[in-house]
Amino acid sequence: MATIVQIDPTQQLDPFKSVKKIPTHEFFTSGHRTCQGCESALVMKMMVKAAGPRTIVLGSTGCMYVANTTYYSTSWVVPWMHTQLGSSGSAALGAAAGLKAQMRKGKMKQEPINVIAFCGDGGGADMGLGAISATMTHPDYNLLILLYDNESYANTDIQLSGSTPWGANTTFSTPGSVKRIMHHRWKKNMAGLMAVGHPTCRYVATICMSYGLHGMNSIRKALTIGGPTFIHSLDPCPKGWDYDPIQSHELGELAVQCGIWPLYEVEDGKLRLTGRTQQIADGKIPRKPVRDYLLRQGRFAHFTNDDLDYFQSKIDQMWTKWLIPGVIPFEKDLAADNPPA
Amino acid sequence: MATLAPAVEEKKGGERTALITGSEAIAVACQLADVDVITAYPIRPYDTVMQYIAKLVSNGEMDCEYIVAEGEHSQFEIVKHASAVGARVFCGSSGVGWMYAMEALTVTPALRIPMVCMVGNRALDDPGAFGTEHNDALAVRDLGWMLTWVDSGQEALDSTLIAYRVAEDRRIFLPCAISCDGAFLTHSQSLLQIPSQEQVNEFLPRYNRADLLLHPDNPITVAPQANEDWVMEIRRQNYAAMERTYGVIKEAFADFERIFGRSYGNPFFEEYMTDDADVVLMGMGTLSTPVKVAIRQMRKAGKKVGFVRLRWFRPFAAEELAQCLSRFQAVGVIDRDYSFGSPHSGGVVAGEVRNALYPGAGKKPPVLGFICGLGGREVTIPDVEKITESVYQAAEGKRQPLTQWIGLRE
Repeated sequence: MATIVQIDPTQQLDPFKSVKKIPTHEFFTSGHRTCQGCESALVMKMMVKAAGPRTIVLGSTGCMYVANTTYYSTSWVVPWMHTQLGSSGSAALGAAAGLKAQMRKGKMKQEPINVIAFCGDGGGADMGLGAISATMTHPDYNLLILLYDNESYANTDIQLSGSTPWGANTTFSTPGSVKRIMHHRWKKNMAGLMAVGHPTCRYVATICMSYGLHGMNSIRKALTIGGPTFIHSLDPCPKGWDYDPIQSHELGELAVQCGIWPLYEVEDGKLRLTGRTQQIADGKIPRKPVRDYLLRQGRFAHFTNDDLDYFQSKIDQMWTKWLIPGVIPFEKDLAADNPPA
Repeated sequence: MATLAPAVEEKKGGERTALITGSEAIAVACQLADVDVITAYPIRPYDTVMQYIAKLVSNGEMDCEYIVAEGEHSQFEIVKHASAVGARVFCGSSGVGWMYAMEALTVTPALRIPMVCMVGNRALDDPGAFGTEHNDALAVRDLGWMLTWVDSGQEALDSTLIAYRVAEDRRIFLPCAISCDGAFLTHSQSLLQIPSQEQVNEFLPRYNRADLLLHPDNPITVAPQANEDWVMEIRRQNYAAMERTYGVIKEAFADFERIFGRSYGNPFFEEYMTDDADVVLMGMGTLSTPVKVAIRQMRKAGKKVGFVRLRWFRPFAAEELAQCLSRFQAVGVIDRDYSFGSPHSGGVVAGEVRNALYPGAGKKPPVLGFICGLGGREVTIPDVEKITESVYQAAEGKRQPLTQWIGLRE
């Protein structure tokens, strides 16, 4: 009987030992017109630098489509193709399946080629969730879905997405004279959702390119492990979050250090907290108060002390009450939720 | 494990005769075309093709990536990207499933992806109906899809091979949908000729994505943001590709006849008993069966009625059709579709036929439109007789409504 799952070999991409060991060659270069301080553009650059030249990148609609691929001035050195807003999962699956079939049937030279599809939080956590979820259940194909999360539909004028933090001011949730908090939904836990709900997904990681070496090595690990893999990156966005572009790097660090954005990886079902998050969990460094992070951003400028306390309480809950702190939110007791009036 | 299409009769060289359904015929064509990636999602009636392909794959009779998607949008997006990296692909849907994929259907011709798919024509919701209506496939008529309607299992098989040949021609690179009337064709068995692998290999070259291949050896950027600077020029390229389909389809049909020994005559439309006809009826798909039977009966009563079955709706062979129709006193177009609020509140095909006739130099017979057989309702012989009666009245110069609903419960 034929083997049920036959997976092709992957490229062996060992971790970069240090920043100095990272190759200088770029596969995402000039020609883009992203905003000053755009962290998502940095994610693109690091992502494809980590992956190397034998890579196909598929990009769903969003900032990283519109700003990076102006006709005649593409920033991509590797082959790149647009995919629809909700199709990053399908795009990766289709490209990987097409390569696999042709190589098996002798129609294309045998060679491990990385397939990466990226999506924003709108494309990934909202519209494309179903397709990504389905793709994570296909054990047969080597592919990586990278969700770059700038916490709004930043390309279309900063509208809230399922990944926008509670209370944030967006053009669809502008604070008014009667309603201070228009956006009262809590950010979707995408990485946890992928890891818990998709046992065939070989590797899930959260990253933030403020910790660039960590981010790049996570990408290399995903591509080396193979099968369907998922990485969720938090990307500070000067335009959407309303801060001076010079602070992008620092805000990414603060998101991790305040415990809002836990860094972890789940490899074949085994969870490991990584980077600063691990140090916080081990008690080696303190978790900073969330107001240090929130008050640096114009999108939270309307917050009252009650709002800040509420936000802090939800983060505390994530670290003290969750079944697996920062990752899996089940609790043994029913917890009351009391948002500020 | 029985083979999918057991031969009733086998000829030398691998050709065989088998009793199979329209859906099965397309599955066999996919097998012969050595398709690389196929995506399935359930909706009646098209999905029987995917059930047959699943059996071919599990029995080792076909080597492809067979992916069950989580919805039609993904189903079409998956094969779109597989085709971009050079794989030959097959896909399909019906009714609202096809509409669910609409975004993917929109970008596929724009990306010059030569996807071939089957539409098992089905009425759109609501209310729910499994039966045939052509509005599903017709919804993409302006977007750069080639659209063909077939009326037999044999034509379904042959058209699938022809569709790959035309779509994957570098001069074209446009998707092609093969419309099969739900139930009447998808689920009806007939005896048909299955060609040999050698014949198919001679007819159908390998898909070569060439300069548009998405691969590290050809690191292109596909579908960047073009805006008003270039979109119009890119649309014009699609226009030019569609213009070229007329010639490439003719080439493919000529080669088909040479290699397989089966002829369809004019590729774009079939003429039935038109040589001496006073009036003709027109339509697409399996309504040809009741219409042809009715015509044979009416001819016994002395009525010289013919039938023109439109085989290719996109491209639409307007000049040839106008020339053909100028021979008759009047034309009655039977639409298994609707276009509410359209000129004369008619069906889609009737509107297109009038459009084709308008600028022509020849005689312009009156064109009457008939909405009939919606939701899979049978087009009966009395329906066809009633239609013919009205067309004769128009031929005699008597004023007739331009659009009539036939077989409607009053």
